[in-house]
Amino acid sequence: MAKILMKGNEAIGAAAIKAGCKYFFGYPITPQNELPEYMSRELPKAGGVFLQAESEVAAINMVYGASGAGARVMTSSSSPGIALKQEGITYIAGAELPCVIVNIVRGGPGLGGIQPAQSDYNQVTRGGGNGDYKLLVYAPANLQEMVDLMQEAFDAADYYRTPVMMVGDGMIGQIMEPVEFKESVSRFELPEKDWATVGTGNKRKPNIANSLFLDPAELEKHNVKLQEKYATIKANEARYETYNLENAQLVAVAYGTTSRILRNAINELKEKGIEVGMIRPITLWPFPEEAFDQIPASCKGLLSVEMSMGQMVDDLKIVSNGRWPVYFYGRSGGMIPTPAGIIGKIEELIGGAK
Amino acid sequence: MAVVFQKTKGLTDKQTHYCPGCTHGIIHRLVAEVLEELGVLGEAIGVAPVGCSVLAYEYFNCDMQEASHGRAPAVATGIKRVHPDKVVFTYQGDGDLASIGTAEIVHVAHRGEKITTIFVNNAIYGMTGGQMAPTTLIGQRATTAPLGRTVEHSGMPLRVSEMLATINGAAYVERVAVNTPANVRKAKKAIKNAFQCQLDGKGFSIIEVLSTCPTNWGMTPIDALKWLENNMIPYYPIGNLRTPEVEE
Ligand SMILES: Cc1ncc(C[n+]2csc(CCOP(=O)(O)OP(=O)(O)O)c2C)c(N)n1
Ligand code: SF4
Repeated sequence: MAKILMKGNEAIGAAAIKAGCKYFFGYPITPQNELPEYMSRELPKAGGVFLQAESEVAAINMVYGASGAGARVMTSSSSPGIALKQEGITYIAGAELPCVIVNIVRGGPGLGGIQPAQSDYNQVTRGGGNGDYKLLVYAPANLQEMVDLMQEAFDAADYYRTPVMMVGDGMIGQIMEPVEFKESVSRFELPEKDWATVGTGNKRKPNIANSLFLDPAELEKHNVKLQEKYATIKANEARYETYNLENAQLVAVAYGTTSRILRNAINELKEKGIEVGMIRPITLWPFPEEAFDQIPASCKGLLSVEMSMGQMVDDLKIVSNGRWPVYFYGRSGGMIPTPAGIIGKIEELIGGAK
Repeated sequence: MAVVFQKTKGLTDKQTHYCPGCTHGIIHRLVAEVLEELGVLGEAIGVAPVGCSVLAYEYFNCDMQEASHGRAPAVATGIKRVHPDKVVFTYQGDGDLASIGTAEIVHVAHRGEKITTIFVNNAIYGMTGGQMAPTTLIGQRATTAPLGRTVEHSGMPLRVSEMLATINGAAYVERVAVNTPANVRKAKKAIKNAFQCQLDGKGFSIIEVLSTCPTNWGMTPIDALKWLENNMIPYYPIGNLRTPEVEE
């Protein structure tokens, strides 16, 4: 297929429909409105249903119901709305139901602003809801990658029976880029959803979608099972890109659109003879720990570059585990880091390391 | 010998956990019998609430989903939109439906979602130990209204069915009670009408069932039935509030 110029939010919708998404439940919030608007227009044509819910709380519970009934289903929102969905998300994780949740992140806390941000990192990787659960979280850096990952997101959700989150900062939602919808073959062998509540037809025992286990021993058993699933996801689904690691004096880590700005900064520094490498997590959870084993001995430290006041930096400290000092550079509130700002920070760090 | 009585196929063999004299059990049986008599047990998908009936998914002999507190109507919406040909119902208490879940119940009615809700009003939070509900009567004691509910502090008890009956999408709304054999029979008829309304594709249907909580009311089961009759029915009159036929 040829490349077409699309706005991010609409490309997300098109990719989801192409990935077999049939149901969408959502509530308006900037900067993701073009996505539900697109779905309201296009999903019925694809034989699906779009429904605007009365709130994000209702929307995520409609997703629970639809997923429990065997459907490929998606919801989207932005930060304050995702905060509201957290109860539903932990129920979906607890009941082991598949779905895709899109978060087009805006600045917080509270009502915050409507400009791009990455300040939901902790919310998406630590779980904003209660209990021991994890989300598989993809954070594409451009529209093509986002489109390519969408099929994977739905397949992984079904395969692992787990909620999957697609995180884009506001830029991913609003930017226009050429995208190509490629034919892809699923990596996963997807079993029949014989657990779905579709009516027994008087032919089998009832199916039940549930996260309640009143017996502590049963709940612990359920948790152990969930952890085994998360361990498999951790082993198989971590994704990342490395750039210019060879001879790097410093390795900077950034995801999403911030990584694009960082890449420019790295290229400019290279012209000045300063070698900085980049690790770009494509999955935020599982965090791509393996990438850090490729860092050369020349590296004197790690730098987390974020559109937040410093959240991923904690994961750098965990993965570094004392191997490198960890530094942070970030802008927040919808202020975008500039190559010059990043270069300034790196020169300060490398100068200091001399 | 002729079989005079048989347990409905709509219930599993699991022993319920309800307190002695609690009328949740009667209401379960009525719903189950109706599903069986309408021949839709195999097509039914139910949604259990958070409340004393949280384990309803173990008792109804059909596919079930367990919702979070108050969200059963949203969960049911998701199910029904995926399977418009199936029979979808929620079973909810008054804390679940009339307090934390008000937005979801109003909007499921507002959309005219073709599901059926069984709303069990026992004027109290049973499961958590007898706290005040929006439906608790004036003067009625609760663990969070130890001197009895007052209008000044908490307003008047909420009449949910009357409120929902003003919404166009609510096709069938009726309040019933299960305090006497005659009322139990009427309750079953209303529940059947509500499911029939769903099968006919008319819109949202809800049956509010006045129910007892002997444990948290601090009464014997018999006294609880009398208290329901003498206190609840006068404030929450039983009867039909809306049927599809009266629609223009
Ligand atoms: C979000 C959330 N808040 C509070 C609770 C605690 N809780 C469990 S049951 C219940 C009240 C149930 O009362 P009601 O709906 O009247 O049903 P009943 O037990 O009387 O049948 C509450 C508040 C919960 N489980 N989840
Ligand atoms: S606490 Fe009340 S509502 Fe709950 S089972 Fe006991 S009697 Fe019934």
